[in-house]
Amino acid sequence: MSSKKQTRIDTRFADLQEAGRPALVTFVTAGDPDLDTSLEILKSLPEAGADLIELGMPFSDPMADGPAIQLAGQRALESGQTMAKTLGMVREFRKGDNDTPIILMGYYNPIYIYGNERFLEEAANAGVDGLIIVDLPPEADEELCIPAMEYGINFIRLAAPTTDEKRLPRVLQNTSGFVYYVSITGITGAAAPDPALVGASVARIKSATSLPVAVGFGVKTAEQARAIGEVANGVVVGSALVTAIAKSLDGEGKATGETVDAVTGLVRQLAQGVHQVSHLPAA
Amino acid sequence: MNPFGAVVEEPPTNAENPEEKAGSVTKPIEPNSYKIGPDEEGHFGIFGGRYVAETLMPLILDLEQAYNDAKNDPEFHADLQQLNKHYTGRPSPLYYAERLTNHLGGAKIYFKRDELNHTGSHKINNCLGQIMLAKRMGKTRIIAETGAGQHGVAAATVAARFGYPCVVYMGKTDVERQSPNVFRMKLLGAEIVPVTAGAGTLKDAMNEALRDWVTNVEDTYYLIGTAAGPHPYPELVRDFQSVIGREVKSQLMEAEGRLPDMLIACVGGGSNAIGLFHPFLDDKDVAIVGVEAGGHGLEGEEHCASLTAGSPGVLHGNRTFLLQDGDGQIKEGHSISAGLDYPGIGPEHSWLKDTGRVEYVPIMDDEALEAFQLLCRIEGIIPALEPSHALAELVKRAPKMGKDEIIVMNLCGRGDKDVFAVSKHLGFDM
Repeated sequence: MSSKKQTRIDTRFADLQEAGRPALVTFVTAGDPDLDTSLEILKSLPEAGADLIELGMPFSDPMADGPAIQLAGQRALESGQTMAKTLGMVREFRKGDNDTPIILMGYYNPIYIYGNERFLEEAANAGVDGLIIVDLPPEADEELCIPAMEYGINFIRLAAPTTDEKRLPRVLQNTSGFVYYVSITGITGAAAPDPALVGASVARIKSATSLPVAVGFGVKTAEQARAIGEVANGVVVGSALVTAIAKSLDGEGKATGETVDAVTGLVRQLAQGVHQVSHLPAA
Repeated sequence: MNPFGAVVEEPPTNAENPEEKAGSVTKPIEPNSYKIGPDEEGHFGIFGGRYVAETLMPLILDLEQAYNDAKNDPEFHADLQQLNKHYTGRPSPLYYAERLTNHLGGAKIYFKRDELNHTGSHKINNCLGQIMLAKRMGKTRIIAETGAGQHGVAAATVAARFGYPCVVYMGKTDVERQSPNVFRMKLLGAEIVPVTAGAGTLKDAMNEALRDWVTNVEDTYYLIGTAAGPHPYPELVRDFQSVIGREVKSQLMEAEGRLPDMLIACVGGGSNAIGLFHPFLDDKDVAIVGVEAGGHGLEGEEHCASLTAGSPGVLHGNRTFLLQDGDGQIKEGHSISAGLDYPGIGPEHSWLKDTGRVEYVPIMDDEALEAFQLLCRIEGIIPALEPSHALAELVKRAPKMGKDEIIVMNLCGRGDKDVFAVSKHLGFDM
């Protein structure tokens, strides 16, 4: 709806539309398993094939997340991750990459405590392009969504299978960047979505908005990414990546020489899956 | 008159700046009525609201609709009243504690004896109301969270009574320290899911219940145990619990021909307290005191006093006072009483604190233990550890008040569940 200036998110989806393939959107938690390793992972994602990056802001009580992302958040918090450090990671990343969109994802309380204005100002300056705040529905738009737009930051809304025709316009109203379709009723990293059902839902959303629609929750493999990519503008993978991090750690939960490669290796496979798709979804 | 209490008036104006920095809550103007909240978006001043994932929004809006319909349906009220009377045993007595009054030598002390309810606490009042809503909504499966197990037992009880399967989420730590209640829930046919995420206590159980709900949206009703969570839960739990305060009003009128001078209740999430307080909020001469769990003391980390030592934040669907660190991460609460062991508080209490209508004070573990023993010996009543906190505050205040003054305290739960824990603290080998 916004007529604000183009963000990196808008540019990236426009470019991919031209290239005729969907976007691979990767999620990792900031500070997992520690700040240095996490920054290294972040910097290596675009080269491995991530088109957009979601960076999780860890929270003690992630109500909508499954065990994998909960544990990633706990690892990050135990290693001392804070909001200031998460914003610092984005600043660091931007020194070497001015094109790949970064979306901060998480829950409202750490932002609220940081101070909404202070957060938005520092996020905009650091080079954050979008926000996904799980527990801020449209009913609370004036708290963060509308102020974010003024800072040129996209507020990306989740639409769910329970979002019916009546509610969809409300959900789309102040959404910008893209729409994140939650493919299942459930938590992150749960059952794999059925591409046919997802396709119908994406079509329903696209009939109500010109924004790209990315699909997440439950996509783990290159094949699933390809199948979902056939019916959407983007595929989000999160739990599978943080699980790869978890598996690469040593007995004490510390990063090993394999941790970064474990993530980039999986991102490469997922990118191959997504790159097999050649389509031009309706604009 | 709507027997559920809430007077319909102009919604409170939400003049606070939403971008205001957390923690710097300015004192709101004194409202014309303290009973007007929540507004249409579920706010009590800046507190409350609906901070939930989109998947849950339609469900919460459905629940609100169903509750509004039920509120205006005389049949719903009649059915609930029948159950309250014949199943729970309401009205619960308002008991003049003569021996304790004489012992303390000050104000006249009355106990509202909700510990005599079926299942042993006030929790059943809310569970009956909510399960009737679940039935109206055509839901076929009940989920609940529990800390000490009192709400879990009450939820399992009403699920059995209505013939619904029931899943209770309970922190692993609590499952271990509350084994009698775990067994009671199993006897009642509930499935207990021990939660290992986080520290395995009440807030983690609530997270896990929310994860279940977001996964099983079609058939499942989430029966929240306290006056917290996203709108409309704080309102509807309060309304179902307000039977406590309404009964007190008419019982005391009969016994003494007047209103009390002071009300005292313990607050964890705050459902028994709001149930007692709400009908009296606009009676300006009634002083109201809420008692939080001070644990080992507020200077350390080992307490649960969200109102006296916390700050406003957003958790579990509402903005309210929370125990949290400087980065907005939620801390674990501590209390000798598992029922007060929650790092948040119902949003209406946050508003009542902010407006100054209710005074909130902490009571330490050892003070509660002492009050617990006092009541056993002087009145022959074994109270739960939760109202023992309220009792400890009463013991401090009653002697300073005149003999012509009246205090009513909500004795919201019985102590059977706590005798093992208390014996351990007193060094008694059972």
